[in-house]
Amino acid sequence: MKNCEYQQIDARALGTPASSFQPCTEMKVPRLRRKWEVFPGKNRFYCDGRIILARQSGILPLTLGLIVVTSVLFFAFDCPFLVTHLTVCIPVIGGVLFLFVVISLLQTSLTDPGILPRALPDEAADIEKQIYTSGSSMYRPPPRTKEILINQQVVKLKYCFTCKMFRPPRTSHCSLCDNCVERFDHHCPWVGNCVGKRNYRFFYSFIVSLSFHTSFIFGCVVTHLTLRTYEVILLHQKESPARYPFHIICFFSIWSVLGLSGFHTYLVASNLTTNEDIKGSWSSKRGAEDSGNPYTYNSIFINCCATLCGPMPPSLIDRRGFLPPDDIPPVAAADLELSSFLAKNDTNMVGMPSSGHTS
Amino acid sequence: MNHSLQDIRQQAAISAKVFIQRDYTNGTVCQFQTKFPSELENRIDKQQFEETVRTLNNLYAEAEKLGGSSYLEGCLACLTAYTIFLCMETHYEKVLKKIAKFIQEQNDKIYAPRGLLLTDPIERGLRVVSFTKTLNSH
Repeated sequence: MKNCEYQQIDARALGTPASSFQPCTEMKVPRLRRKWEVFPGKNRFYCDGRIILARQSGILPLTLGLIVVTSVLFFAFDCPFLVTHLTVCIPVIGGVLFLFVVISLLQTSLTDPGILPRALPDEAADIEKQIYTSGSSMYRPPPRTKEILINQQVVKLKYCFTCKMFRPPRTSHCSLCDNCVERFDHHCPWVGNCVGKRNYRFFYSFIVSLSFHTSFIFGCVVTHLTLRTYEVILLHQKESPARYPFHIICFFSIWSVLGLSGFHTYLVASNLTTNEDIKGSWSSKRGAEDSGNPYTYNSIFINCCATLCGPMPPSLIDRRGFLPPDDIPPVAAADLELSSFLAKNDTNMVGMPSSGHTS
Repeated sequence: MNHSLQDIRQQAAISAKVFIQRDYTNGTVCQFQTKFPSELENRIDKQQFEETVRTLNNLYAEAEKLGGSSYLEGCLACLTAYTIFLCMETHYEKVLKKIAKFIQEQNDKIYAPRGLLLTDPIERGLRVVSFTKTLNSH
């Protein structure tokens, strides 16, 4: 009975070795997947990989909501009065600033901050080999670091266990997004994304334009209230109901946004990241000139230009690229050779090709 | 038996690739080490290898150069709230295309006849330049 069963399987496998594999490969070939579909980090993708967001959008809806509501209230209540009493430029300037703020915010949130793709298995294996041959230790070594010289300054490169590579200088692994980000500044919950090499200029233009926008709105509101108060006093007019809560939000947010803009202006001028500043990586030992930061150009103007107006680096994760169809074939090809070889010699080894194929 | 065959294939896969790492001595600009790896000694000569890597380094330096044209591009982009990036190809992307062409040329003329394949570093996130030893030559 056993022989009969083996013979039945044998006949089918022998008779159509190629065609039994072909339908399966045909089923897998038609739809090529894009790289964003298998991206290992905690990100969300929309529009077929064109838009990238962090998994947790943080308080981005709140940020957008506050900006939009404050601006709408400004246009609805303050602009009509100020247009009649002052000039029509006020809503125009307000509109331009509002657009600039919203566009910068969306670009900061929806752009790849400079994510480094994880090392492929062969690259990771090569690095491991180098570590073990140079370290010559039998046990797994403590957190792996590599020291290099950058502009005569010793910098330690850390090994990232998640991405399986030595992090380039100024790169840090964001635990919220589970990615290594180049020139990592910080993960901003207001924006719902990391701020890194590629979107730092968008972030900076967002906070600076937001500072101008809130200051402008606040200035117009104060002007409006002052003029109204005079009218109320002089003409005994009725005072309009208070929309002070939003003006109070505006007032408090000005100081925090202005403070943040000032802080980031200092960072840009000295070519530092928030991460480095907080950790005190290059704390000045001998004074302002010799701050120890190996990346500075020693000129405020060049530092600003390099950070904000430098060439725009490309996205390294290639979200919309197609995955190479070689996920399965190398194993399938090996099994095909194996099955044809074995089928010629042994009938009871026929079980192996099918099990190899399903694995 | 299947296990050992897979192990052998993996070993072969690892030793079939040579990786040239990044050189950070000048900062975060994209440069690769010009040190000649010992695994390629019997395939290509040192001068050829160094020339290839040096040309690549020069091309990347050109892409990341801070100069008049890059500042102009940056300022223009800033004034248009960076929406210009949606319709225009950046200087960096133009140089990346040049690099891809250069690598293609090098592969066709020099490395393929010697049984090597040079992969574009952009496919590895600009981390490494990898030489793959193809099977047709010892």
